[in-house]
Amino acid sequence: MSQYEIVIGLETHAQLQTQSKMFCSCATKFGAEPNTNICPICTGQPGTLPVVNKKAIELAIKTALALNCQIESQSIFARKNYFYPDLPKDYQVSQYDRPLATKGYLEIEVEGKTKKIGITRVHLEEDAGKLTHQGAARIMGSEGSLVDYNRTGTPLMEIVSEPDIRTPQEASAYMEKLAALLRYIEVCDAKMEEGSLRCDANISIMPAGTKEFGTRTELKNMNSFKAVEKAMVVEAERQEEIIEAGGKITQETRVYDDTTGTTSSMRSKEEAHDYRYFPEPDLVPVEPSQEWVNEIKDSLGELPAERQARFMADYKLSNYNAALLISDKVMANFFEETIKLNNNAKAVANWLVGDITAYLKEQKKSITEVKFTPVKLAELLELIGKGTISGKIAKTVLLKVLESGQSVKEVVVESGMTQISDEDELVKVIAEVIKNNPKQVEQYKGGKTTVIAFFVGQVMKATKGRANPGLVNKLLSQKLA
Amino acid sequence: MSVSKKDVEHVAKLARLGLTEEEKELFTTQLSSILDYAKNLNKLDTKNVPPTSHAIPMKNVLREDQVIPCTNTQDIVANGPEIEDNMFKVPRIME
Repeated sequence: MSQYEIVIGLETHAQLQTQSKMFCSCATKFGAEPNTNICPICTGQPGTLPVVNKKAIELAIKTALALNCQIESQSIFARKNYFYPDLPKDYQVSQYDRPLATKGYLEIEVEGKTKKIGITRVHLEEDAGKLTHQGAARIMGSEGSLVDYNRTGTPLMEIVSEPDIRTPQEASAYMEKLAALLRYIEVCDAKMEEGSLRCDANISIMPAGTKEFGTRTELKNMNSFKAVEKAMVVEAERQEEIIEAGGKITQETRVYDDTTGTTSSMRSKEEAHDYRYFPEPDLVPVEPSQEWVNEIKDSLGELPAERQARFMADYKLSNYNAALLISDKVMANFFEETIKLNNNAKAVANWLVGDITAYLKEQKKSITEVKFTPVKLAELLELIGKGTISGKIAKTVLLKVLESGQSVKEVVVESGMTQISDEDELVKVIAEVIKNNPKQVEQYKGGKTTVIAFFVGQVMKATKGRANPGLVNKLLSQKLA
Repeated sequence: MSVSKKDVEHVAKLARLGLTEEEKELFTTQLSSILDYAKNLNKLDTKNVPPTSHAIPMKNVLREDQVIPCTNTQDIVANGPEIEDNMFKVPRIME
């Protein structure tokens, strides 16, 4: 155990799922030809007038409510002034001293313990353009860069946490919980690898048991939940080494490199950041009415944490299974639809988080993209329950159903995968197996009864796994006695 | 003087303006005189006046989330001094 305590605060940027940009009517759609979703407003041409996208405000309020925040009666957009090629206006429209919402929290769970992480603020801003560096893999050493402004002006929501996070595990748990929430309430698809969810971290260390935070560094470029955790570990270690050697931490921005697992200083040519924020004169204040806020609150419905608790209480699901189901709203809905048809909730949950999720992951698909329905899953469970197919065969059947989109019954009948529960048929197979394995029969008769597992295996092999295992055991014991 | 030469150099740097020594001197005097004049406002009692962020008393000017494609994106791209693959080419960012 280190004698230092880590202090982490996370700043998260989430791309909002709107059709059009934050302040103009250009499409936000990803993957368009470079510089085709641009207009005089988002490229900062003189004389243009930006207008706020109502949907973006709505989605941010929705998020803020889900994060237990207070919605501010008035919020103001501000210009953050700096020069960078991905920023055509030479200022980013953001919010500064009057954010949309403040003072919330998100509950995370680490090692079975629940912890509240404070949310300082939720505000809206615009995304920057995309740079492609030439002549080098990254910005350092490149000869020049190409700028595509399609992303410029895409609505971004910034969520700032309090420095309440104390371990790298808590940091990744926070990010995963936040991402799941954003997806669940359908404000952001929250894919870190694709950049629709990004995070910067402020991290410092202090002697365990003390209260005063050390000098922090800001970490960038963590592109997965795993990377967030790893980056926190290596940066805390780096800071500890410096302090242990009697050195001092420099307050600076550092870049995490996932391939080497190290952080390095992002040398800035600028003196201290001086953004000269001032109220954006072209955008008037946003003052959401209580009525509007209430309407959004009503549209939120049951939140993931509430639904997870209900799954555990009503259906006796494990925390693990409930959490996995809830992490994908479509899955959670699929689960509830299925148990209307088959009340074996535990089995339904196991199939969904087990084989079905594994298949979807492998195919990189969502359950909506395969021809699978609650009716089919219920059908599968019914056949297992009736003993028509074994649990093991069911796995094969499921795969075929997922791949072909056929009904469960069709697959079972077509491939002759029904379970053999016909005694006469099994007796024939068993007689054959006994005849072919005299050595094992000797062992069994000599008292080594565990050999029975070998015979069961042989019967299963001969019937391609279709034999009813209970029946095989019973018949084998009779025949070998 | 309310503005020092150092302030002028700082502001010029932030705005990416290269100033000669003479200009720095000139702007130090001019900016100081402007700010000194603006200081007249301090004579007013604004204790009960909320800070003004906008000149007109308006709020909630919002638009629906609707895509209206821009028809002259090529005119915008044509403004770039150097274009490659329909992207703006900029010189090296980091030294």
